[in-house]
Amino acid sequence: MNVQRLSLWQAFVFLLRRDLLLALRNRAEYAMPLLFFVVVITLFPLALGALPELLARIAPGIVWVAALLAAMLSLESIFRSDFDDGSLEQILLSAHPVAVLVLAKVCAHWLVTGLPLLLVAPLLAEMLGMPSAAQPMLLLTILLGTPILSLIGAIGVALTVGLRKGGIILSLLVLPLYVPVLIFAASAIENAAMGLDVTPQIYMLLAFLFLSISLSPWATAAALRMSAG
Amino acid sequence: MFLWFHKLGSPPHFYRIAGRFIPWLNAIFMVLVLAGLYGGLILAPTDYQQGESYRIIFVHVPAAWMSLFIYVVMAVCGVVIIVWRMKLAEVVLISSAPIGASFTFLALVTGSLWGKPMWGTYWVWDARLTSELILLFLYLGVIGLHNAIEDKRIAGRAVAILAIVGVVNVPIIHYSVEWWHSLHQPASLTKFDKPSMPPSMYVPILIMALAFQVYYAAVLFQKCRAELLQRERNSRWVEEL
Repeated sequence: MNVQRLSLWQAFVFLLRRDLLLALRNRAEYAMPLLFFVVVITLFPLALGALPELLARIAPGIVWVAALLAAMLSLESIFRSDFDDGSLEQILLSAHPVAVLVLAKVCAHWLVTGLPLLLVAPLLAEMLGMPSAAQPMLLLTILLGTPILSLIGAIGVALTVGLRKGGIILSLLVLPLYVPVLIFAASAIENAAMGLDVTPQIYMLLAFLFLSISLSPWATAAALRMSAG
Repeated sequence: MFLWFHKLGSPPHFYRIAGRFIPWLNAIFMVLVLAGLYGGLILAPTDYQQGESYRIIFVHVPAAWMSLFIYVVMAVCGVVIIVWRMKLAEVVLISSAPIGASFTFLALVTGSLWGKPMWGTYWVWDARLTSELILLFLYLGVIGLHNAIEDKRIAGRAVAILAIVGVVNVPIIHYSVEWWHSLHQPASLTKFDKPSMPPSMYVPILIMALAFQVYYAAVLFQKCRAELLQRERNSRWVEEL
């Protein structure tokens, strides 16, 4: 039995690697939100008609709403399986600050669900006829925005993980909190498409990102103690 | 003073005191609301631009203030719950949520009724309307989460965390929506500007705001009493009633 004690950093990396490994073994489950993202975006041209100028106009909004919904769908997986098999309690009992360990889990979740959106987003942007000037901005907003979705969502999951029908209530809790990200991300892309300045939007997204990195793990940790305790 | 506060925190004591306050609060509310409505609907002059329909602000503005005020009360209760695990704060928090949601809904309804003659539609994606709508969703989230958790002690802590997270987000959401609005539509007729209201208009608003505060206290006490009875139904003081 190896009783060597991990430093905080080692514990962080350990948990991150464990979650990534779990995701790798469970590829099919984690591919679902990505697939969902693509399917939702496909629905919009079918519903609204495939007028190129209309699609180009609403493309930033469509992509971001789809990203929000895909994030919602994958949120439960942050803590659900750990809650079911009891490893969440072990995490809560560990000698390290829970907030840091929570951050590791959220990082892993983002790497698995947020980052892949970056890979398919250019393709979808092209399909929707988004102006090429706006496409780098789309990637930048996804890069800055999706971690915020994971961080805020983690609070909601932590609050509802003990419930049998947590899914619906989770979306009611979390979606209103996503509104600022949606507003600034979509308007950054729109401004970029029109050749306007985007620094205010990018700064706001950065501010939200740092605010949620610093505050949300604490709230998540408190909520987890409540759910598991 | 501290002892008094401590005693107020105990359920049987609060139950008795609240019961004694309720008739008084109701009476004060009736006086204030009649005075406020008389001042607003009869004494206040007709607006030279908006005619008579502006008079809905005597309900609308106080309701909108209350919708924010109650959310802050809930967040303060949330802090008390997390820090001191005070049972009464849980009761106050969860009893406040439906009242706050009702005031938010009232503000939305009166706002859109006012919007029909002024803007020609019941709903515009005005910044304030939109952020009020999102506030309503936040309230409904608190109520939904509390209903979903069976154990009410755990539910109390869950909604406490949610209320604190929400109160950090309310200003962020409000200003983002305001910014979004100014991006999409240049400042137009949708702004309800107040060209330095005369006292005969703002005094009734303040009286109505006070009346709503008293009403909130009265309804809150009533709901808290009911909630306390339900939670403490197995304890001795309830049997003795």
